[in-house]
Amino acid sequence: MRPITFIIFLTFISIVLFIGTLFLGSVPLSFQTVWLSLTESNTENASLIITELRLPRTLAAFATGALLAQAGALMQVLVRNPLADPYILGVSGGAATAVLIGMLFGFTSAFGLTGLAFIGALIAMILVFVLAHQKGSWTPTRLLLTGVVIAAGWGAAISLILTLSPTKNLHGMLFWLMGDLSYSDSVSFAFSVLIIGLSLSMLLSSQLNVLIRGDKLAATLGINLKQLHIKIYILASLLTAAAVVQAGSIGFVGFIVPHLIRLAGITDHRFLLPAATLGGGILVLVADTAARTIIEPQQLPVGIITALIGIPLFLYLLQRDAKQ
Amino acid sequence: MNLMSCNTLTVQIANTRVCENLSLPLKAGENWAILGMNGCGKTTLLHTIAGLLPAQAGEITLNNINLSNLSRREIAQQVGLLLQHQEDHFPGTVLEAILIGRHPHLKSWQWESEIDKQLAYDALKLIGLDNFSERPILTLSGGERQRVALATLLVQQTKVRLLDEPVNHLDIHHQHEVMKLLTTNNNDVANVFVLHDVNLATRYCDHALLMFGNGETQQGNCSDVLTEENLSKLYQHPIKEISHQEQRWFIADSH
Repeated sequence: MRPITFIIFLTFISIVLFIGTLFLGSVPLSFQTVWLSLTESNTENASLIITELRLPRTLAAFATGALLAQAGALMQVLVRNPLADPYILGVSGGAATAVLIGMLFGFTSAFGLTGLAFIGALIAMILVFVLAHQKGSWTPTRLLLTGVVIAAGWGAAISLILTLSPTKNLHGMLFWLMGDLSYSDSVSFAFSVLIIGLSLSMLLSSQLNVLIRGDKLAATLGINLKQLHIKIYILASLLTAAAVVQAGSIGFVGFIVPHLIRLAGITDHRFLLPAATLGGGILVLVADTAARTIIEPQQLPVGIITALIGIPLFLYLLQRDAKQ
Repeated sequence: MNLMSCNTLTVQIANTRVCENLSLPLKAGENWAILGMNGCGKTTLLHTIAGLLPAQAGEITLNNINLSNLSRREIAQQVGLLLQHQEDHFPGTVLEAILIGRHPHLKSWQWESEIDKQLAYDALKLIGLDNFSERPILTLSGGERQRVALATLLVQQTKVRLLDEPVNHLDIHHQHEVMKLLTTNNNDVANVFVLHDVNLATRYCDHALLMFGNGETQQGNCSDVLTEENLSKLYQHPIKEISHQEQRWFIADSH
């Protein structure tokens, strides 16, 4: 399939899912009700379910997945390891820790929390890279291992914050952490970051195609490595931060999606980045819809579903790589 | 005029003195062989000339402009480097791997044109991998991958080509094909080869730089520099010269 056809196909799927998810939930709604609640403003219960619950959640799920998949695609080029992902490298953990600290001190604005998350993500990323640095260069494996260890550290920090938090906030904090989209607001903010992020990473895409073949080769082909690395750090941190503020740390999306897109034969980043963005959106949207319908009216955090898909895939890839 | 030149260059890495006060003029049409034992710093020197590593003293100029005054992109438009190892952690097609060689010539928003693609197809033909453009690079053998890397260098169309063991992984036939390809009709290109096979040097190169591993170097025309005495000293192993059909051959003698 030609890359452009594939992207159109993903766009089509996204639209179908957008509409489809509005009908799914513990209260069955007719097509007419959905249509009316979207087109006319009214305050009937059915209409509120759509405009206040399902639509924002659909949008939030899509944005979160899209942000994570894009961040993952960028990080994989940076560390030149297809297993890299904001969650595995501890970047989500850093962002989540910063957000929880903010919550502990009573921060509520999405803008402020995203700012904190960005700082947390950036610190996490710099920490991993500085610690993995050795003799002027880093090896992808060392980087990944350092990330995993640092991620564990963030996990401990998060537990500490939760222990110190007042009991009444605990349930919400925990659910948010596990990747729960039912608390997310400020969807428009997430979408702005998504669109700005995608535009900026598209500007870098042809350089990413070169960088993915190795630092040295990229330098001989005219890439200013330091500059490009810093741009990727900042972009990936920003994207991760916006996703974490939306829905806590949802694991594995950042690594599954770019991988699946590559399996579909798209390896040129000028196509891979938009395709991963759509694919990430689709994956989290489907996972979240499953999370809120499988045992309805009870809702599961979406992070559980993505972990269920991600962990086996990660282990499979690790094993396959070991055989090669 | 020199395309590129190293002036009183001193390079040191860890505890190895790579070269001391080295002055190396590279002119268009010249084919240089860099010879030396393992770990004497051949790769380091090549990377320093490419501007990837800093020198301890001295300067490197490209068309009489100091390398440090040029951007990476400006250097890449004129100096290409074939790396000893290719790093492949991600899938992609052979065509994609070759087209990145056009990167220094394209603007960041510009896509590869049909002309760029044609250059890639031509390069594939030159290295004898005609129908490989859509092959996944991860399925290539070591020798095939090495030749694809060479094609990437060819489409970069640089005036200076630095080649770190270009015949690595190649069978005898392809070793000669590649050396022939690079050294024929290269009137406006300077090649610098890091080689382990002295006989490829005598056959395809006109100049040689010997690196003794202690900072000492010796350079000149192959006919003057490549002698039994020099090579025996260089490799710390007795080397014998034999003649066959007016071609000089060097073989390792037994101790």
